[in-house]
Amino acid sequence: MNIDSIQNGIVIDHITAGQGMRLYELLGLEKLECSVAIIKNVVSRKLGKKDIIKIDSGIHVDFDVIGYVDPGATVNIIREGRLIEKRTIDMPETLTNVIFCKNPRCITSTEQELKHVVKLTDRRNKVYRCLYCETKAN
Amino acid sequence: MRSLIDILDFSVEELQELIDTANDIIAHPEKYSERCRGKKLATLFFEPSTRTRLSFEAAMYELGGNVIGFSEARSSSAAKGESVADTARVISCYADIIAMRHPKEGAPLVAAMNASIPVINAGDGGHNHPTQTLADLLTIYREKGRFEHLTVGFCGDLKFGRTVHSLICALSRYEDIRVVLISPEELKLPSYVKKDVLAANHIPYVQTTDLESVMPDLDILYMTRVQRERFFNEEDYLRLKDSYILTPERLWNAKADLSILHPLPRVNEISVAIDDDPRACYFKQVLYGKYMRMALILKLLQEAGRL
Repeated sequence: MNIDSIQNGIVIDHITAGQGMRLYELLGLEKLECSVAIIKNVVSRKLGKKDIIKIDSGIHVDFDVIGYVDPGATVNIIREGRLIEKRTIDMPETLTNVIFCKNPRCITSTEQELKHVVKLTDRRNKVYRCLYCETKAN
Repeated sequence: MRSLIDILDFSVEELQELIDTANDIIAHPEKYSERCRGKKLATLFFEPSTRTRLSFEAAMYELGGNVIGFSEARSSSAAKGESVADTARVISCYADIIAMRHPKEGAPLVAAMNASIPVINAGDGGHNHPTQTLADLLTIYREKGRFEHLTVGFCGDLKFGRTVHSLICALSRYEDIRVVLISPEELKLPSYVKKDVLAANHIPYVQTTDLESVMPDLDILYMTRVQRERFFNEEDYLRLKDSYILTPERLWNAKADLSILHPLPRVNEISVAIDDDPRACYFKQVLYGKYMRMALILKLLQEAGRL
């Protein structure tokens, strides 16, 4: 299967197989006008299988969202067909207005103006909790 | 600005400092009777809790201070739709310190993030109630003289009982604590508390439905009420509310120096026949709660530069 290489844009590589679609949704990539490719279950020497997302535009991508979904992923920045930067992504300490608390008893359920913040509480097990009610984020 | 939202906001050393202050207040109340003269505590109670509110108010009055506030959301600007953040900013203009009770979890944290004065969490839904834990800690310390080398039994509603979760968190930082969890299957301690607090701190624990079999091991027995307000379903509440009722007969195999605690109010889970037993500590616990709140108000006002 061939996907054209991109001239100016971003390639999110080494995504754990199965996480590509979730990342696509949380990054809000469905709103983009440019070409976006999600390639699933690509054979990988390192991971066995991986997903890849290619975005054919030099847009700003929220690295914290990538770090939250899949901290092993790498981001390649492409300009004029050349790789100009390769980043590994770490888990962010907090994430704002990406994951929304579902606890009906949380203060965020009644105060609509409040930012939804999750914080990293267990790095080893990648556990994030709501800043306010401490409910585990999914 | 320093606030108390979660019991873990304070280190073990800071908790000991509060206990030492509370003990000094008990020994020399006259030393403290004017310490907060001219200062105002705002008690913002968005849900009724007469005992906790009166404890805070009594604490501030015994420090020579004044109290303003409301005791239910209906009589506050929340009824007009004001946000917690705005309420905190407004009250910061009137008072020196806030004690907030709110039915929504996390509301006192939102207040603390927006207030320019210290905020004390006086209970937020089923989440935290750190000043109850302060009362529990002072009771244990005055009864046992230590926090180390204790077997602590928690009995009743361990699922929704926020005071249980907070006290387990607080005790997990001391040496050689053993925990015994006694509850019906449906009200067992949530697995995240077992994993994130007990297992993570290598605290040995056992779970059982049988209070009698573990009674001889206990140094502390922390009884709880099955709370009607935490159930969505009345049938479940009625089925579980009488799971454990402590009577003098049920203490036959307990240690002579067992300490029985309860955050109160009780319904029927501790028989009134136990009230005169020297092992019953729950009314002393109420009194100690006031002294710890006094110590807490002093500490937070001092740290805020308002004393």
